[in-house]
Amino acid sequence: MNIHAINAIYRFEMARTGRTLMQSIVSPVISTSLYFIVFGAAIGSRIPQSHGISYGAFIVPGLIMLSLLTQSIANASFGIYFPRFTGTIYELLSAPVSYLEIVISYVGAAATKSIILGLIILATAGLFVPLQVVHPLWMMLFLVLTAVTFSLFGFIIGIWADNFEKLQVIPLLIITPLTFLGGSFYSIDILPPFWRTVALFNPVVYLISGFRWSFYGLADVHVGVSLGMTVVFLALFMAIVAWIFKTGYRLKA
Amino acid sequence: MQPIITITNLSKTYASGFQALKHVNLEIRRGEIFALLGPNGAGKTTLISTICGIINPSEGRVLVDGHDIATDYRAARAMIGLVPQELTTDAFETVWATVSFSRGLFGKRKNPAHIEKVLRALSLWDKKDNKLITLSGGMKRRVLIAKALSHEPTVLFLDEPTAGVDVELRRDMWQLVRSLQDSGVTIILTTHYIEEAEEMADRIGVIRRGEIILVEDKAELVRKLGKKQLTLQLDAPLERLPTELAGYQLDLSGDGTELTYTYDTQGERAGIIALLQDLNRSGIRFKDLQTTQSSLEDIFVSLVREKK
Repeated sequence: MNIHAINAIYRFEMARTGRTLMQSIVSPVISTSLYFIVFGAAIGSRIPQSHGISYGAFIVPGLIMLSLLTQSIANASFGIYFPRFTGTIYELLSAPVSYLEIVISYVGAAATKSIILGLIILATAGLFVPLQVVHPLWMMLFLVLTAVTFSLFGFIIGIWADNFEKLQVIPLLIITPLTFLGGSFYSIDILPPFWRTVALFNPVVYLISGFRWSFYGLADVHVGVSLGMTVVFLALFMAIVAWIFKTGYRLKA
Repeated sequence: MQPIITITNLSKTYASGFQALKHVNLEIRRGEIFALLGPNGAGKTTLISTICGIINPSEGRVLVDGHDIATDYRAARAMIGLVPQELTTDAFETVWATVSFSRGLFGKRKNPAHIEKVLRALSLWDKKDNKLITLSGGMKRRVLIAKALSHEPTVLFLDEPTAGVDVELRRDMWQLVRSLQDSGVTIILTTHYIEEAEEMADRIGVIRRGEIILVEDKAELVRKLGKKQLTLQLDAPLERLPTELAGYQLDLSGDGTELTYTYDTQGERAGIIALLQDLNRSGIRFKDLQTTQSSLEDIFVSLVREKK
């Protein structure tokens, strides 16, 4: 294992976050705070509590997931796309590093950033609404698994994209809608039966449901199913990354 | 001595169907400076990129100090430093950070003293805290070299190291390359500047349309392929060449005052003495003479043209 290389790439990526603190940390925190003000305080106060949880508190796990998914993808996709764009990828390809080491360092850095961000948003939420975390270990497990899984997804997008537009298109057109429709702001139990069945095809439902369960013990689907689905996504993205490196897809001529 | 790089039957065909390398066989000797010459698109960069692991070969094998670049890539790549042709650098990193990063990437423990030595050798020390985006093209070129040297490679590839570089920097670089060679580093450079190959290289390879058409010691190459010319300034102009000199390859200048004799240095007998005796016999006197030898550039141009 080339530990020095993993360390070098990881630090390099984390230093990039340090330089772009405003867009990496501050802006997601501000936008999430706006959600709390609008949906939690302004509109949420008119929505009745369910299971003794205020609406503002109910949406916290979903909002953290929203940021976690989009930021994991953004961090990881940009991290690998940018060297491809500038051409500095030559150094990575000519270095004595294995594919596994490349993935560990890039995905590790991207996931670290989004986990930190998730925790900052959680702390921010605590300023607006009363919070409780019933299963803190499960909460961390879902946080870490989701961050890693979607950083892997971001890594794949960063290799697939051949322009900046493609880099944006999946988070904007797929992830954000799926998250909004995946129960960030409501329990899918309140949907009519037909739409509830449709919703179960949305992978994000399982992520949000499991995460919310770790907070309040309330879930749309069983927490075991949520965990299982998260692991399935993780395995799927790992398989795609393995294929990318095996074939050199978009990396090597 | 075992060659440091052994390339056997290496071919590369791109997805477009373009065959960039055709069954290349080449050995690079330990400690030499090898210059790879060839016109644009001949396959120089493809060859280097394949050895360094940036391009997958279609067939063939490359060993770096006995390590196969495919099956034992860690050991092979750890020995190699690559300075690419394009000025590809990060933008917002500092010089110090990017050079230290390269060292780590190649699996070496941190060594600020070594990084300092490299930066000083490349006149980059006073720029170490500058962001790369603020550097000039020549400075970026130096940074790329510093990155390649950061992990103490034993083989250094320089892909067109002095393209677009001013005269002073070029001289600096030549000096650096020589001092690297003195410290035991093997250097493979590609270049468009024949002058550079002539100045630096121990051996020269010429690549054309993906094929290595020639590999030769530089001195041998010049000797073997070089033509010499003897030019005589005549005392009195000649109207035409006397018939008794028809057996020599002679050219008379337009005004009849200069006689040029072209001969092959490799020929058994250059025939200069016989020529001078025959000139004397014909009553042709000359007041001065000079000989010139064709340069590597002349050789290269004729070689590439000849085989078209």
